[in-house]
Amino acid sequence: MGLDAELLARLQFTLTITYHFIFPPLSMGLGLMLLVISGMYLRTKDPKWRRLSFFWVKIYGIVFAMGVATGVVMEFEFGMNWADYSRFVGNVFGSLLAAEGVFAFFLEGGFLGLMLFGGTRLGPRMWFGASLMVVVGAHFSALWIVMANSWMQTPQGYQVQDLPLPTRAVMTDFWDVVFTPSFIPRILHVFFASWTAGAAFVASVGAYYVLKKKDFADLGRAALAIALPFFILFAVANAFVFGPESARNVAEFQPTKLAAMEGIWETQQNAPAYAFGWVDTDAGTTTGLAIPGLLSFLSGQDTVEGINSFDVPPDVPPSEVQLTFQSYHLMVGLGMAIVPFALMAAGLWFWKRKLLEYRWALWIVVSTVFVSLFVITMGWWVAEFGRQPWVVYGLMFTAVATSPVVSAEEIVVSLGGFVLIYVLLMALFLYLLNAKIQHGPAPLEELETKPVEDLPDTLRSIFTARGEGEERMVR
Amino acid sequence: MILNEIWFILFIVIVGGYLILDGFDMGVGILHLLLARNDTERRTLLNSIGPVWDGNEVWLILGGGVLFAVFPFAYASLFSGFYIAFMLVLVVLIFRAVTLEFRSQRPGSTWRSIWDVSFFLSSAVLALLLGVAFGAILNGVPLDARGEIEVNLFELLTPYALLIGVTTVAMLAMHGAIYLIMKTEGDIQARTKRWLPYLMGGFVALNTVGVIAAVALGLPFTDRYLEQIWPVIFPAAALVAMGAVWYFVQRARYFLAFAASSVMILMLLVAGGIGMHPNLLVSSIDQAYNLTIYNAASEDNTLTVALVIALIGMPFVLLYTIGVYYIFRGKVTVEPTSY
Repeated sequence: MGLDAELLARLQFTLTITYHFIFPPLSMGLGLMLLVISGMYLRTKDPKWRRLSFFWVKIYGIVFAMGVATGVVMEFEFGMNWADYSRFVGNVFGSLLAAEGVFAFFLEGGFLGLMLFGGTRLGPRMWFGASLMVVVGAHFSALWIVMANSWMQTPQGYQVQDLPLPTRAVMTDFWDVVFTPSFIPRILHVFFASWTAGAAFVASVGAYYVLKKKDFADLGRAALAIALPFFILFAVANAFVFGPESARNVAEFQPTKLAAMEGIWETQQNAPAYAFGWVDTDAGTTTGLAIPGLLSFLSGQDTVEGINSFDVPPDVPPSEVQLTFQSYHLMVGLGMAIVPFALMAAGLWFWKRKLLEYRWALWIVVSTVFVSLFVITMGWWVAEFGRQPWVVYGLMFTAVATSPVVSAEEIVVSLGGFVLIYVLLMALFLYLLNAKIQHGPAPLEELETKPVEDLPDTLRSIFTARGEGEERMVR
Repeated sequence: MILNEIWFILFIVIVGGYLILDGFDMGVGILHLLLARNDTERRTLLNSIGPVWDGNEVWLILGGGVLFAVFPFAYASLFSGFYIAFMLVLVVLIFRAVTLEFRSQRPGSTWRSIWDVSFFLSSAVLALLLGVAFGAILNGVPLDARGEIEVNLFELLTPYALLIGVTTVAMLAMHGAIYLIMKTEGDIQARTKRWLPYLMGGFVALNTVGVIAAVALGLPFTDRYLEQIWPVIFPAAALVAMGAVWYFVQRARYFLAFAASSVMILMLLVAGGIGMHPNLLVSSIDQAYNLTIYNAASEDNTLTVALVIALIGMPFVLLYTIGVYYIFRGKVTVEPTSY
């Protein structure tokens, strides 16, 4: 049996990007919550916020390390498995990756040390500043990556040149490349989803402490009080504003993806949306609970084009209808399911703090971080599977994007390596995360080597104070 | 055309920045098991690079991104051609990234010993692989008429490539030892000082063999040195810088020794780069198939955009890199919140 190098390369990309994309949303969302927590300390000077800052910054370090370790894989993988893609899009796509390095990674990488170790070296304001830089860097990184990916979804600002060979896309207008029609809706959707996951993470651990750890119940309540409102705000905004906006954008610019998302085979007016369903790709039918006219209503298109009607590129029949359909429905279903739970939690919370008495409700809060991350994964799958068979929509087929010299056997070796390493890493990550959470926030006395008042808290004092080593040498 | 030249220079500067900065991280890792005798000393070594290593590794990511954007044909041919080698690079990069973060998270001695070995292996193998890749590129690669490199890992592992790999390990161990002497004190510093002369001697010997081998084998990058005299200033500058390293180490001026070591690394790279210019990859099949800074490059519009991005971004990068190094200056102190 011959192995299919293209399929293996796609499998490897699916694995590595899905795995990687757990961590950047947490870096953004948890980062934002860390800023909120240390911001609360700046405002109130209540030591519990400082204790929580030290706790979450440790977890941030583990999350960040996982993101870095799995992120560098992505940059290498374009060249390794997708050499013809890289040759074709290097002019356009490559520049955005390089810009990410210059504008985002140096900001993150430069200030990460200060964020992770700044707690005992910098005053609270300066520590907050360092953390802010890392979190801004994480957002810049997403900005450039979603920009690059949006160019793959709705390419513009390029011209295809044949000579000198090989054929490639050449940038004609940088700003057209930056602001492709799908970029702004998609980046907002990603930001809000990431913030939802971050707030869910903090709320989830807070709820767990209230449920299981008497020693940290107070800190858990504080974390819940701060994270729940943000969680509700972000989840509701995404479900009702940014999610639908993204879908409308797909309807306008990627009709084949829209048809795959809802399994619409024949062009029709008042197209239905399914609550759930199953696609039979051989027969070309979709069965399920259909709500008549809903898709036409949501997408703002009276007539929705069906899969069977696509025959002129860029609109060719989508090749991953089942995966796109199911990912989309899991994303929307679970994303919408968060909303009533969030509202219920809010109601119980503001209603004389009843939430803290209902253990089942707290367990639902604990589960939100897993649900949020799963929903994000499904969203990414919709974006990527829905675009198939294109790697760049309307411009380059995935089948011709692979590396001519890389054999299926080589991809099997690297794929096997990634599976082994990633399983090991996930086990270690969960083990460490669990150990951190079980151990709980350490008392400040165990962490601080100097009273917080003695730490330099202005740029001036940082750059005029003598370093510790120098002091010692003077002695 | 001038844009292609500028980007060739900038690319060498970026790779140089990577080798100098992440180079001392690798060096510390290579020396980790050799020098540190107990948990406190091992933590001292880890924390000497703890706050800065991630920023240093960004230079590698930037190098990859720039190659992709500016010389996409070289990026695609190199990364798909050196497939298994780059897969191994990824494995060690992954392990090094998590090692630093994971080791301190648990107190157990078995847990920590495993990560100590992982830190050593990932650093040493990374240095070795990068050196081997440099060696293989200097050696010339079987680029064919399609611009593809079809080669297996063992064909890449020529004696010359392996020699450059080992030389790189020795060079970065020396570079890292000088850094450690700056950042540590007491027993660990004294031990590093005892080892430094051997590391310097080992590196100089290996590098000398490497130069002789390159000339004897008639490697493509030596041609320019046989035709023209002026490029000799770069290897000469590397030699002078190495002399300066020795001079400053004798006088215990370790910061200056580190600066000299950094200059030496950059000059060695430039010496190789001048020899290669204008080629990025030299074909061992037919020189007509070479990938150069012209035929492998993006169009001028992209090169201009990328240059503007670099000109806007890099001053900030330098500013806060210097700022962060300044804040973490002085000897390493191990605190409860450290690695």
